[in-house]
Amino acid sequence: MKYESIQELVDEAVKSNEKISTVVLRDQAAAMDKTELELLEKMEIDFDVMKQSVITGGNKDLKSMSGLTGGEGFLMREYADSKNTLCGLFLAGAMSRALSVSGCNAAMGRIVAAPTAGSCGIIPGCLITMCEDRGVSEKDAIMSLFTAGAFGMVIASRASIAGAEGGCQAECGSAAAMASAALVELMGGTPGQCADACALVVASQLGLVCDPVGGLVEIPCIKRNATGVMLAFSCADMVLAGIRSKIPADECLDAMRAVGDALPDSLRETAKGGLAATPTAKKLSQNDHSVP
Amino acid sequence: MNVFDIIGPVMIGPSSSHTAGAVRIGRVVNKLCDGHDPVKIRITLSGSFAETGKGHGTDKALLAGIMGFHSYSPDVKDALSIAKDHGLDYTFTNEDIRGAHPNTAKIDFETSDGKSGEVLASSIGGGNITVSRVNGMKVDFNGSSNTILVMHMDKPGVIANVTNMMHWQYEDLNISNFSLSRQEKGGEAIMTIVTDNLPPETLIEDIRKIDHVINAILIRRL
Repeated sequence: MKYESIQELVDEAVKSNEKISTVVLRDQAAAMDKTELELLEKMEIDFDVMKQSVITGGNKDLKSMSGLTGGEGFLMREYADSKNTLCGLFLAGAMSRALSVSGCNAAMGRIVAAPTAGSCGIIPGCLITMCEDRGVSEKDAIMSLFTAGAFGMVIASRASIAGAEGGCQAECGSAAAMASAALVELMGGTPGQCADACALVVASQLGLVCDPVGGLVEIPCIKRNATGVMLAFSCADMVLAGIRSKIPADECLDAMRAVGDALPDSLRETAKGGLAATPTAKKLSQNDHSVP
Repeated sequence: MNVFDIIGPVMIGPSSSHTAGAVRIGRVVNKLCDGHDPVKIRITLSGSFAETGKGHGTDKALLAGIMGFHSYSPDVKDALSIAKDHGLDYTFTNEDIRGAHPNTAKIDFETSDGKSGEVLASSIGGGNITVSRVNGMKVDFNGSSNTILVMHMDKPGVIANVTNMMHWQYEDLNISNFSLSRQEKGGEAIMTIVTDNLPPETLIEDIRKIDHVINAILIRRL
């Protein structure tokens, strides 16, 4: 497969009456000249690293390199366990995992870029929560990473997965779109519904700028990982309720690319616009001794 | 691109471009040290590498790669102190390299056997890199393929001898890209040979035996 269109993924899966992940695993094993088992084992390692990064990043005393952030995952976990949340234990737990993984990243811990380091909390936040709080088997979650990865490949070739190119819509937006497609598959949705979930997330994040305070992958990146999780779940649920995306996923991705191209340089990871240009952001980055 | 370029790499944070990509740039230098310890390192950071590198651990990441660590090694975080323990003499300078990609580093190195060299490389997103100059000569390769660098004298027949030998002795090996650059006519030159599959180490030994070849280095797919 060429991974240049979401429709291609859907068509291939429908043609063979299989899940997108099954088709992708077979295709990638052939393309990489390896067995399906070898690929599954490699993906299992990635999943284990994701799980470990939830634990590492959930530490109460975790601090980022700059000292500007840390401990968000811990606070959210305590709050989730209090059982008195607005979103409920399930979603609050998913947010806590996303915050933890993202905090682990900011503290120079080990993570899986998915698709990037700045957006690394979203996919684990969704999938590990499905395993730990929803009874999905790890085997199924690992398989669904092939669906997430396939959507990511199309996004990378058709739009972008780099904040410096396409803004945050390309990083947290892409991660949430990939996660949402995987969630739909895990819930027994059709390949077409996976595509719709991706489309709805992309449509919801269109235009999100990349404006890291002090140029660091911390503010607002870490919190956008938690909101990205919410978007992935809400779009998956809309689709599973039978709501369709009126705009096909591929056209949403083309729009994302056009919007990314139209973004000025100041809103593409240069830390010169958006939140990074606010008075408080400037103060924060001046106090940051690690900025040269 | 494959699925593990998207779900992956496993890396030490915080930035795929400023940390993981920087380790990979460092590893290219490590390969060019050809089994000898780097002893003196002069790193020039340009663009965003200079502006936000320190908060992303770009300095640690480059040194970690130069010392041979992987982008997933927890040692990346402690690379500065490890470098000091090894007595590695290193400096960082910020300087705008004209026309370079925003995330670019120039690394001058000396090894324990008295050799020196230079690498100019950029981190282009998602941990991917491109190398644009080696020892003052223009090259163009990235980390996603297996690349053989052949340093040789600019003499007639050297390219034919290398590629013929590859064809006759390693017939399964297919060249997917090839480029040549030289300092001056008759001077030192560099061949960049990209192959589809991973070449065996014996190939590198065989290339080194060819007349007028100074050295050959294999840089595996990262």
